[in-house]
Amino acid sequence: MGKVKKSPWVLHYDGSSCNGCDIEVLACLTPVYDAERFGIINTGDPLQADIFLITGGINTQNKAVVEQLYDQMPRPKVVVAVGTCACTGGIFKECYNILGGADTTVPVDIYVPGCAARPQAIIDGLIQAIELFQKRSDKHDKIERRHKEEEERKAHDKVSGK
Amino acid sequence: MGISVFLILFPLCCAPVMYLITNDRLRAYVTYVAVGIIAAASVALTAQWAMNGAVPVMLYEETEAADHVILVAELLLMVLVTYLCFKHKKYWISILSIVPTLLIARQELSGAKPMTLCHIYIDHLSILMCLIVGIVGSLIVVYAVGYMYGYHMHRKDVRDNRRYFYMLLFVFLGAMFGFVLSESLLWIDFFWEVTSVCSFLLIGYTKEPEAINNSFRALWMNLLGGVALAAGILYFARSMNCVSFHKLIEFAQMGEVPATIAVTLIAFAALTKAAQLPFSTWLMGAMVAPTPSSALLHSATMVKAGIYVLFRLAPAMGETATGNVVVFIGGFTFFMASIMAISQSDGKKVLAFSTISNLGLMTACAGVGAHETVWAGIFLMMFHAVSKSLLFQDVGATENATGSRDIEDMHGLLYRLPMLGFYMFIGIAAMFLAPFGMLISKWSALKAAVDRNNILLVMFITYGSATTGFYWTKWMGKIISRSHETGERMKKDVTQKNEKFSLTVHAVMMIALCVLMPWLSGHFVDPLLVEMFGKFTNVLPGMILVMMVLIMCIVLAIPIPAYIYAKNQKTNYKLNYMSGINTGKNNGFVDSFGEEKKLWLTNYYFDRLIQPDKMMVYCQLLTAAVLAVMVSFVLGGVLV
Amino acid sequence: MSIKAVISVIMYILLAPVAGGLMEGLDRKLSARMQGRIGPPILQPFYDLRKLMNKQVISVSVLQSSLLLCYLALMIFTGAIFFAGSDILMCLFVLTTASTFMYFAAVVTSSPYNTIASSRELIQIMTYEPAVLMAGVGFYLVAGTFSVAKIASSSTVMLTRMPGLFASFVLILLIKMRKSPFDVSTSHHAHQELVMGVKTEMGAQNLAIFTITEWYENAFLMGIVALFVVTSNPLSFVGAALLCAAVFFFLVLADNACARVKWGQMLKMTWLFTFFASGVNLLILMLIR
Repeated sequence: MGKVKKSPWVLHYDGSSCNGCDIEVLACLTPVYDAERFGIINTGDPLQADIFLITGGINTQNKAVVEQLYDQMPRPKVVVAVGTCACTGGIFKECYNILGGADTTVPVDIYVPGCAARPQAIIDGLIQAIELFQKRSDKHDKIERRHKEEEERKAHDKVSGK
Repeated sequence: MGISVFLILFPLCCAPVMYLITNDRLRAYVTYVAVGIIAAASVALTAQWAMNGAVPVMLYEETEAADHVILVAELLLMVLVTYLCFKHKKYWISILSIVPTLLIARQELSGAKPMTLCHIYIDHLSILMCLIVGIVGSLIVVYAVGYMYGYHMHRKDVRDNRRYFYMLLFVFLGAMFGFVLSESLLWIDFFWEVTSVCSFLLIGYTKEPEAINNSFRALWMNLLGGVALAAGILYFARSMNCVSFHKLIEFAQMGEVPATIAVTLIAFAALTKAAQLPFSTWLMGAMVAPTPSSALLHSATMVKAGIYVLFRLAPAMGETATGNVVVFIGGFTFFMASIMAISQSDGKKVLAFSTISNLGLMTACAGVGAHETVWAGIFLMMFHAVSKSLLFQDVGATENATGSRDIEDMHGLLYRLPMLGFYMFIGIAAMFLAPFGMLISKWSALKAAVDRNNILLVMFITYGSATTGFYWTKWMGKIISRSHETGERMKKDVTQKNEKFSLTVHAVMMIALCVLMPWLSGHFVDPLLVEMFGKFTNVLPGMILVMMVLIMCIVLAIPIPAYIYAKNQKTNYKLNYMSGINTGKNNGFVDSFGEEKKLWLTNYYFDRLIQPDKMMVYCQLLTAAVLAVMVSFVLGGVLV
Repeated sequence: MSIKAVISVIMYILLAPVAGGLMEGLDRKLSARMQGRIGPPILQPFYDLRKLMNKQVISVSVLQSSLLLCYLALMIFTGAIFFAGSDILMCLFVLTTASTFMYFAAVVTSSPYNTIASSRELIQIMTYEPAVLMAGVGFYLVAGTFSVAKIASSSTVMLTRMPGLFASFVLILLIKMRKSPFDVSTSHHAHQELVMGVKTEMGAQNLAIFTITEWYENAFLMGIVALFVVTSNPLSFVGAALLCAAVFFFLVLADNACARVKWGQMLKMTWLFTFFASGVNLLILMLIR
């Protein structure tokens, strides 16, 4: 099948981070790191994204939002948790409103630790995510994927009452 | 060719019958039969005339008796208008009726026998008008039967006086036939007054204060036109001893001064009837009337009478001062009315402004006076008559069904009322999109304007078509947008069968006109122009037609297979993107306080930027000044 | 239709997406260099397209993809009219029809971002329409015909006769090619106030169709730019290529150097500029004819 790994588009979602990681994510796009070299685009739109990049922990308010954004992304998709908070909940873990890391809500594939995660680490995480993205798109995975899509569609049809 | 007289007299005879029948059901059936006969007669007239070689036919050279009848009717009309003016304390308006009528009467009774060619003249243009009035007008009457039933169901405050309403509709149709078939200027003047008074009565149908006010505005503006018309006719009759319309144009083309003055005055009259600036406000006011009368005034009759006269005058107006003023007024109206339409969200108001705007383009086409522009104008008129009639009826039916004619409430109409939504979509598309004929006409008008070095018209058309596209497209967008509500089909579509019939015929006619356009151009409009200008060069390159057919194929052939493909394809439907805060559906979201909110989308109306009321006043001042200059030139011409 | 016309239409249908894609790739590379970055490979747009085609088929509304396909077909047709050497004014009218379908495809979803963006798209159409039509009229005045083939084989270089019309055409290219300062409905850059503007609800295949259509459109618009220079002299094609390159560079430069304006400013600036530059140019052309 086609090579999809040359065009990984990223959806960046800030859960409840201190904005440290977000600054570093944006730093990846600056001339110093220039993530666009790999074809990475920081798109704001889940319908066009391939990689879901989450910073910060998940709280009670944004849980539904993260779930919905994940659901809106077309398959194949990869989830990357950037920063300690997104990986485990970090220093906010015991807060009354924090559920924990991103994996409490969506299936996370790549964990990028760091407080804040360094751009080098983020790019490294993204490169790994790209490989996974390609793998999921490949034929072997595709059969499973089709199967999942079918299930998803049936579930949706049931909801909309067709 | 007796059919022509039948066409005039039959609706006039039907009118009192309508008034006398009190049973609604019976009247409905009589109405169907009557309009069926009218439509058939107009087609029969066309057929008979075509069999005779489609050459101009002149009938009834001597009509002494008929002249007397018309004179008496004219005086009666004057008495009626005067009575109504006094009843509503609008005394001065009666002067506008009394003075011209008495002057005309004096002329007729003076014993002078001005030269006439004939009294009824049938050529391509009058046949075209007959078909528009006969078919579109008849369909509107059919629609009216169902509409008025629904109207009085939900407007209990208005007195149910339907017999009177139908009577007026039939008088109107008869007067229109008379107007387009007459050759004698005196007859034309009479039918002109009848249409003015009829529209006045139709606008005031509900008897509400606003309706009465607007009807009197329509009356004085149209009567003012009538004064100009009468003045033009009388001056021409006095100086050249002739009351033939065709002779008038011939003389004007030869440069006879009295004839050119008469042409100017008649063109002025036509501008009032075609609701051009500064006289546009009467057509806006006419919106208070029930929808069938708006449809009739806007599409098939009334305003088209003004355009008809302008087309007749076109050969005499080319490259004259009068022509230039008419072009300016028309082009300016086209542009300004389309800007004002942007700010409206009331469906009928948008239609009203767009009528004024489109009439402006036709007026400008006539004013240029070249055969290419008249070609474009004729097609504009045809397409406009059908699509505007369709749209008015559709908006009226939608209002009866949903209780609102606001464009914002038409969100997702295509899914709620599929038939009405679809027809509305077609009707609007026909107003400005390829492959429909309006676009080709605009193309041809633009080309002709360039050929005539008329930079002003080029500017008006280029900017005007941009603004026109804007207000139509946003309306179409509303119709096809997925609904805010459940998006389900409305359980009860209250649209009556006769309304549906009329709408369907209109939609079919619309598409047929598109498909038949090349044929019509070759077999009907070209000969019409030969009649009018004596020469003709092909306006429409074959290439354009091929293109239109191809676009038609694309527009028709792509969406349907694509839709079927998309339906069958294993597509995963996702929710709209709303930053992830939609609540499992597309028409609601959770706000920052955790409360559920409903999503409501509206269009841009620029209402702070465009204020039609204010704008209208400035436009009226400007155009009135231009007209005043034109008229004073004419008076100067008389004095010299 | 002559054989030559058929060949050039086929060439257009086959090569325009390639040219459009390369233009976009070059644009991204050039922008990156202007910003001091390395930037993606020139072929990046094609990689993106391939990826989009390989993703799950998603949509938010049943009518969306059919309307987008209509947009694509009409856009190809617009270009085909042009490259067949046919009527330029009609071609520009059809261009508007195509853009209208783009509006439909966006507005049909009833999504808040899309609806605002598509309203702005409509304002954009209204903004550039006069300049586009006047350019067509200008060609007619200079060459005496609307036929693209005849305009392209005339002996005068159009640019010398219609500099004002050319200037306003380049100005509206900023709108058409979605470049700052006039990229109010959507831009090629991520993260604007309307997310992805009119493209917001287009994912995977739908976005691919949209992208291809834009490539066709951009190739066609560059064709019009070339028409300002092309004459019967074969050497003029070199001049046309140079002019296209210069215009393209200007567009990228403006995109990187300007901030986005509000739609009201865009409308006012463009209409006034068109009125004076194009209007005066047309008036002069009419007077010297």
